[in-house]
Amino acid sequence: MTEFFQQVVSGLASGGVYGSLALALVLIHRATGVINFAQGEMAAFSTYIVWTLTTNHGWSYWPAFAATLVVSFAGGVGIHQVVIRPVERGSQIRVVIVTIGLLLLINGSMTWIWSGEVRSVKSPFPTRTVDIGGVAISLQDIGTIAVSLGTVILLWLFFRFTKVGLAMRASAVNPAEARLVGVRVAWMLGLGWGLAAVLGAIAGMLTAPSVFLDPTMMQAILIYAFAAAVLGGIDSPIGAVVGGLLLGVGLNLIGAYVDFVGADLRLPAALLVILVVLLLKPAGIFGKQHVRKV
Amino acid sequence: MRSSTARALGTFLLLSAAVYLLPAFVSDFRAQQFAYVGIYLTALIGLNVLTGYTGQISLGHGAFMAVGGYTAAILMADHGVKDIWTIPIAAALAGVAGFLFGIPALRLSGIYLALATFAIAVATPAVIKKFEGFTGGGSGINLFGIPELTASLTPVEIFGWELNFNNWLYYLSWTVALVGYVLAWLLLRGRTGRAFRAVRDSETAAVSSGVSLARYKTLAFGVSAAYAGAAGALFAIATTFVNPDTFPVALSIILLVGVAVGGLGSLVGLVAGAIFIQFLPLWAQNVSKSAGAPAVVYGAILILVMFVLPGGFAGLLARLGSLTTRGYHRPNDS
Amino acid sequence: MSALLELRDVEARYGPVQALRGISLEVPEGQIVAVLGANGAGKTTTLRAVSGTVRRTGEILFAGRPLRGSPEGVAKAGIAHVPEGRGTFTELSVLENLRLGAYTRRDRDVRGDIERMAEHFPWIQERGDQQAGTLSGGEQQMLALARALMGRPRLLMLDEPSLGLAPMIVREIFRIVRELNEKEGLTVLVVEQDARIALDTAGTAYVLEVGKVAVSGSSASLREDDAVRRSYLGY
Repeated sequence: MTEFFQQVVSGLASGGVYGSLALALVLIHRATGVINFAQGEMAAFSTYIVWTLTTNHGWSYWPAFAATLVVSFAGGVGIHQVVIRPVERGSQIRVVIVTIGLLLLINGSMTWIWSGEVRSVKSPFPTRTVDIGGVAISLQDIGTIAVSLGTVILLWLFFRFTKVGLAMRASAVNPAEARLVGVRVAWMLGLGWGLAAVLGAIAGMLTAPSVFLDPTMMQAILIYAFAAAVLGGIDSPIGAVVGGLLLGVGLNLIGAYVDFVGADLRLPAALLVILVVLLLKPAGIFGKQHVRKV
Repeated sequence: MRSSTARALGTFLLLSAAVYLLPAFVSDFRAQQFAYVGIYLTALIGLNVLTGYTGQISLGHGAFMAVGGYTAAILMADHGVKDIWTIPIAAALAGVAGFLFGIPALRLSGIYLALATFAIAVATPAVIKKFEGFTGGGSGINLFGIPELTASLTPVEIFGWELNFNNWLYYLSWTVALVGYVLAWLLLRGRTGRAFRAVRDSETAAVSSGVSLARYKTLAFGVSAAYAGAAGALFAIATTFVNPDTFPVALSIILLVGVAVGGLGSLVGLVAGAIFIQFLPLWAQNVSKSAGAPAVVYGAILILVMFVLPGGFAGLLARLGSLTTRGYHRPNDS
Repeated sequence: MSALLELRDVEARYGPVQALRGISLEVPEGQIVAVLGANGAGKTTTLRAVSGTVRRTGEILFAGRPLRGSPEGVAKAGIAHVPEGRGTFTELSVLENLRLGAYTRRDRDVRGDIERMAEHFPWIQERGDQQAGTLSGGEQQMLALARALMGRPRLLMLDEPSLGLAPMIVREIFRIVRELNEKEGLTVLVVEQDARIALDTAGTAYVLEVGKVAVSGSSASLREDDAVRRSYLGY
């Protein structure tokens, strides 16, 4: 029974990471209908920035974290302005191919700048465990859950109660009408990319202490994030978070209790989730059904 | 004969002649490099059927190459099958795999399909490692020096010509590619090709004209996967070794890059794409010795091509000629 | 009275189709002006040309100054455009729609204005959190109107407010428009298919035909001219 709780807690922690990255994907998809294939690489790049600041420049963790968030935001907005805006108006596949190009570009840049060596990243949370009801729970996991949750709540407050948040939501659901009330929709899209980059950075920084930092670090996480977003509903922010948590806990439990899957087939299991959801209920748990009978 | 067919035939014959004469003029090392161009061309011909003609995007064709590559390797290493014969078997198996994937893929289109195929590409190395019994797990299968591999140790004699390994590989891969191209051309010019294009241009319209989406989408997947499988088998023969890292995610992406940059629909465009895939890492090394340089250059060029030439290299030619390439339709929206 | 809005020889096209072939019209400040005509005559395109939603050539002057092209800029200048089909943000709540209407305002009186809207449309306060898409057609039209007014515009442009609504509701909407014009001096440019109610409300009208102004004049004169009524207004 203790193992069960431990798996659930660590599943919630990894689920928090998947959910954060999934939220980034959903943010951009809601506004533009595009899946940003480069989201994982952008997140990894941000993680490298934190690593460089703390390791090579002696910054302490939380200031480096904050600075990286700012840089990531600027990077996200910049990427949108320079690379995405020129092709936004055309076919979506074209934009997706551009994001794939970005994936390659950013991935290669990380190897170029920092080499493919695997690095270890210190965790901001203490590595010991704490006893809760007789079960040893890692503080790292608790910290991860807290940060993910906190981020999601802050984001919710932003969208619900601020003028800019409202304008972004309006731009996502009805860009033409939003322009008529004076919203600069193009800037809102850029903002969306900036926020998504911040979410990705948080996901990356929460992940790095456990999986070690190398250029391919976020590739698998991206797949998990896709699975979470699809599971929750590709246009639903709540869905992204819930989907992430469900996926994290689900994969942990399946991995622990189904021998065949174990740790090796975790990724294919996520792939299966993607396929099954897309086939049975493409709108996901919280998504709206688009009728398309053909 | 119609003039466009005559032109196509002329281009094909000219290219074939150039291909068969090339090794006489270039070094052995270059011949090996161009052999790889032939291998990538084979894969691109198949991917073109799926993406250019049927409008389905795939970021997972590296996985089908892996099916073909591992099939060939296992047949050669464990079952004593001669390398040439592994190619059609690998193609057939990969084709079946593609066809089977095509069935669930019927429900997906556009970005969702890209997503699902991408996930396959990422998951493939893990699956390969899991089934160690067949695949040799992480250490892979070594084919170097085994007798099933033609010309690997001693030159082979064909029609009175003596060919060393690199030249043999060159002629083998280009023969497969050119035969493959002819087969594809025959497939595409008839009813099947028209049905594919109907699916690409508008699924709703296709169905109302009586084109069975199920049949043609799965067929397109199967055919393109078969080509990828053949290319994978050739790849295994060429590198004389397969392991999970032989067919990484990057390969799937780069195949798509080749199709996007080379452009869809014409042989010249596909050859351009294959050349691009093979030689880009080498050109990139001139920019920087870093291992990351090729990816950076691939990515940058892909982005630039999407900006400037959405039709790729062939699109540029088409603008000078008479063909047009259509964009993709928006995925499901009520 | 000077013209708040002036169009001079405005042309607009949708791809190969020429929708406006040189429209000139004036909307004097504090007046209600109607744009009438059959389907496809170019009425909606005229409003789109003003709000910058379609590309156009020719001059458009607002308060004497040339009007900038983008919809965001036009909104900022003080023109509220209620498009065909109302343009409510159906996924957002009633109150959120109203808050968006005030987007370009920097003052603090927004909440006060919401209360003032509730005077015209009492149900707004009660149903504030309801999703706009679940409102009836008439309520959505009123919400769209209220949203436009939240921006305290100098010019209100309405595109076919009667579309798809019951006659009683249409009358109510035009009554409110008239009231706003009389009490607060709001300038209105309304595009309508229902020529009768438009002429009852507006002071002057322009009748469009195939992208050009065919007839124009005071509503009274247009109403009294039998020939005009029969050929252009359909009654």
